[in-house]
Amino acid sequence: MRALPVGDEALLVEVSSGEEAQALHTELLRRRAEGSLSVREIVPAARTVLLDGLPDPARLAAELTASDEPPTPPRAREVVELPVRYDGPDLADVAAHWGVSAQEVARIHADTEFSVAFCGFAPGFGYLTGLPPHYDIPRRATPRTAVPAGAVALAGPYTGVYPRSSPGGWQLIGTTDAVLWDHTRVPAALLSPGTRVRFVPVGSP
Amino acid sequence: MTDRALSVVRAGALTTVQDLGRLGHAHLGVPRSGALDGPAAALVNRLVGNAPEAAVLETTLSGCTVRPRSAVTVAVGGAPCQVAVDGRPVAWGAPVHVPAGALLDVGAAISGVRSYVGVSGGVAVDPVLGSRSTDLLSGLGPPPLTDGAVLPLGPPARPHARVDVAPQPAPPAELVLRVTLGPRDDWFTPQSVRAFTAHPYRVSPASNRIGLRTEGPALERALPRELPSEGVVLGAVQVPPDGRPVVFLADHPTTGGYPVIAVVRAADLPAAAQAVPGTAVRFVAVGRR
Repeated sequence: MRALPVGDEALLVEVSSGEEAQALHTELLRRRAEGSLSVREIVPAARTVLLDGLPDPARLAAELTASDEPPTPPRAREVVELPVRYDGPDLADVAAHWGVSAQEVARIHADTEFSVAFCGFAPGFGYLTGLPPHYDIPRRATPRTAVPAGAVALAGPYTGVYPRSSPGGWQLIGTTDAVLWDHTRVPAALLSPGTRVRFVPVGSP
Repeated sequence: MTDRALSVVRAGALTTVQDLGRLGHAHLGVPRSGALDGPAAALVNRLVGNAPEAAVLETTLSGCTVRPRSAVTVAVGGAPCQVAVDGRPVAWGAPVHVPAGALLDVGAAISGVRSYVGVSGGVAVDPVLGSRSTDLLSGLGPPPLTDGAVLPLGPPARPHARVDVAPQPAPPAELVLRVTLGPRDDWFTPQSVRAFTAHPYRVSPASNRIGLRTEGPALERALPRELPSEGVVLGAVQVPPDGRPVVFLADHPTTGGYPVIAVVRAADLPAAAQAVPGTAVRFVAVGRR
């Protein structure tokens, strides 16, 4: 674990895997909830957790890197089920890349339990991990100028669902009617870091 | 609608509603947003008797024109500009009485970029996640002002300040940004890290509320590999593949995949909000506090 200072009041804690980043995030949330950590933002990402709004970043850096204790593994949370139609325009390309049929892409994806590693790109957009590394897939060579809301997509090691229409370069494999983001709802985001997710196929493939 | 409202007569190039921002939601991908020139926004709120968290209007270069439906006190600060009520010039940087139905014109910036319009009672659009700020990156909060739009106002809180004119910093002729290096300065060649603080840059016209883009020597990477996405802070100086540093401002994305060579001191960012395209920018490395 490395703790890199960021400006005067933030710390970027770097770990060696996505799982460790999720575990560290869970641990930092626990410390904040019990009152032993004062911080404005805790932002998990692929291999890091950013802490922003810290009164004394140097002291926390020393404390985190001195401890040999591995962070507690993420607590089991309720599984959010997202209904999905595997009807995306890039399904055939993904199937070719994986060397399987389109139906098999849907089966593999729906059989996977995902968890939200981190959020970004747009409010409510979660980077979901869970697929084995040999299913990593490059982004499209040419991004689309408009990806519809509810598009279920793949890029690199991640699955994501577009909360609203936006440009995007991910490979689109399906569609969900689930509302990923609604700022009038509490909580506004259906998915937040640590949420477990399953895609449940609906309709005929 | 009550009569406590502003009708937008001329929205200007880009006028948005801003307050202290939408903090505490970065982990959901929600930008912080908020007034780019925070001290100017705070000052106009103080001048009209508002609490610091009241929402104000932030204009961009060309000002705006509004018509309050009831008598209000307003104050305009930030970028200096001509202010007029029903065509008569009134004070900039001081509380001004605007009668019901009168036309308040906030002129184009004489220098600087963003003027702030504080109105007694504050702009009272519905808050989203605790803030009334317009966030241009993700579209949260009220849309930018359009001609004919109507903005509700809150009840006036306190009597306005008794000042003739409040001193405000002039927009910068040269923008000096103090930076602390890191967290990813080691992703750049040592020559590039030196060039970053030794050579002047210029403010690019492509700058916006998301980032202050710069023109100048391209910084070269020592590590060509891809950086996995990581959280970024306000003031982070991110270097995209073209090698030109971008200083992240209030509407910046919460995570990013390009290395951050340094972070600008928060105290220097309000001046960045007022630097017109072409302004010389110097990044000066300082130690951590």
